[in-house]
Amino acid sequence: MAQTLFDKIWDAHVVDKTEDGTCVLYIDRHLVHEVTSPQAFEGLRMAGRKVRRVENTVAVVDHNVPTSPERLTEVNEPESALQIATLEQNVKEFGVTYFPMSDPRQGIVHVVGPEQGISLPGMTIVCGDSHTSTHGALGALAFGIGTSEVEHVLATQTLLQKPARNMLIRVEGKLPAGCSGKDIMLAVIGKIGTGGGTGHVIEFAGEAIRALDMAGRLTMCNMSIEAGARAGLIAPDETTFAYIKDRPFAPKGADFDRAVEYWHTLRSDAGAHYDKIVELRAEDIIPQVTWGTSPETVLPITGTVPDPAAEPDEARRGQMQRMLEYMGLEAGQQIAGTPVDVVFIGSCTNSRIEDLRAAATVAKGRRVAPSVRALVVPGSGLIKQQAEREGLAEIFTEAGFEWREAGCSMCLGMNPDKLTPGQRCASTSNRNFEGRQGPGGRTHLLSPAMAAAAAVTGRITDVREMI
Amino acid sequence: MDKFTTLTAIAAPLDIDNIDTDKIIPARFLKTIKRTGLGRNLFADMRYNPDGSEKADFILNREPYRHAEILVAGDNFGCGSSREHAPWALKDFGIRCVIATSFADIFYNNSFKNGVLPIALPEEACAKLRADAAMGENARLTVDLARQVVIRPNGEEIPFEIDPFRKHCLLNGLDDIGLTLEHASAIDAYEARMPSWLPKIQGA
Repeated sequence: MAQTLFDKIWDAHVVDKTEDGTCVLYIDRHLVHEVTSPQAFEGLRMAGRKVRRVENTVAVVDHNVPTSPERLTEVNEPESALQIATLEQNVKEFGVTYFPMSDPRQGIVHVVGPEQGISLPGMTIVCGDSHTSTHGALGALAFGIGTSEVEHVLATQTLLQKPARNMLIRVEGKLPAGCSGKDIMLAVIGKIGTGGGTGHVIEFAGEAIRALDMAGRLTMCNMSIEAGARAGLIAPDETTFAYIKDRPFAPKGADFDRAVEYWHTLRSDAGAHYDKIVELRAEDIIPQVTWGTSPETVLPITGTVPDPAAEPDEARRGQMQRMLEYMGLEAGQQIAGTPVDVVFIGSCTNSRIEDLRAAATVAKGRRVAPSVRALVVPGSGLIKQQAEREGLAEIFTEAGFEWREAGCSMCLGMNPDKLTPGQRCASTSNRNFEGRQGPGGRTHLLSPAMAAAAAVTGRITDVREMI
Repeated sequence: MDKFTTLTAIAAPLDIDNIDTDKIIPARFLKTIKRTGLGRNLFADMRYNPDGSEKADFILNREPYRHAEILVAGDNFGCGSSREHAPWALKDFGIRCVIATSFADIFYNNSFKNGVLPIALPEEACAKLRADAAMGENARLTVDLARQVVIRPNGEEIPFEIDPFRKHCLLNGLDDIGLTLEHASAIDAYEARMPSWLPKIQGA
């Protein structure tokens, strides 16, 4: 029977099946961070269990590390310091490979996995973080789990699961200049809604997806969770193999060749069944920006803020009204031209070298608007070093951006990088929920190039006018 | 894990779609290494003013809903992050059951691991239950997991669907890890046939 890519990876990892169809699914890679793991390690300890496969497990600190240049010597917030110390104690006790803050390989877990060649095609990859969907860009089945399941994987290297449904999102055509994977994905979420992918794994396909570099693909799979899908998937191809080759933890030499031979089989068969199919034309996409407090409340940069009065459903009308009040916007106003206080370039969505290059192209020779605080937070220490070698860091600092150390930073405000109440932020992150970037903060999601444009103009701006 | 069998309790209506995990428990409260004590900060930004005082109009700040053990919410409840702190916070507050038209996958899964029962029902049924819940103390709802019904104060029974394995685990308070370890020999066999090119993560 014709199979989807998801079906193939799933079948290859079923260890056992119970009578009612629940599968014991093998997990190839378990990525661990400081926020969702302490209770899981504690559970292991209480039950006298060990980590079953340390060679499938890697840990990194990212969510609440400071990003200031002095972070190795300055005193951290006590609760954050305790979580970091707890992780360090746990990795030592259980023998797990770990990248601490002092290691240049440290960074956001979903940047580090692919960058180190730890995440590979055909694998099952989990992490106690919903943005684990990111790794699907390599053709891996990757999804977020809660802490009970983190403990379950540590103890058994498996999860009890039932297969998801298959959804195909096909994007044909050529993406216009000034647009990126972020814009495609925001347009997708606007089209299918934040619950559109619930219960499904989304496979992205089509000419516009194949034309994306790995960074663009990682961005799209990263935000699959914002469409409700547990995972995103892109069939691996020559772009993927070239990206993986020579990465530190990737197979080498003859092993690499054997791996590529297998990875070539990881594509959906002709005639494979999808429960849902959604199609978009890349030519129709223009730079996107969100106006509300849900990622589905997205507009093209040429758009106007919608009017709740036009919404027939009373509950939705009330929610739209609440969003407008929270965001400090008026129905009918142009989204372009809205002044911003803060610009954040970073997060597991958009902190890779390609993202920084796109932002630097816009920032080059310009100055951050005087009223704006702009931060660039590379996704890993290695990306930071590379950006410094390429001269990107210099472009940013000369333009007045803060150039910071790697971490999750202002995406979720678990470290000192936070918005203050009422501040408006143009952000390359993934969630615009109320209070996400700090209590009372107002978030507009957009691409790195759009964020850089907002930084230098002080307003939400159509980047196409600046390139 | 705590068992869930039947529950008769006050239900709080929360007619909002897309209640995300940042609303349930904002990220700044995730800096704990424990599973308990999160109930105080459940729905923190909806429940408290910036000075820490309670917002009088928020449902869980009003009697009798301070004692609610059931929530009746809108669509896509629990969307957003994978934080298990969300069901931990609900449970620590006293909520044992959430009824909504749909749930985000990870939240749905996490709830079961903590003895919190998520029930998905059509909008029409949710609307009835929200109306019941709005009547407060005199209109308790009953959830009977074994029979898979929610019983309204007027005696009407609304059936719900649940995966049989999850139901079994919840009714008996079973620990997943223990169940999985019954498959240990199959896991050993699987590991023995993994391809030799598959790299191992070793050395820091």
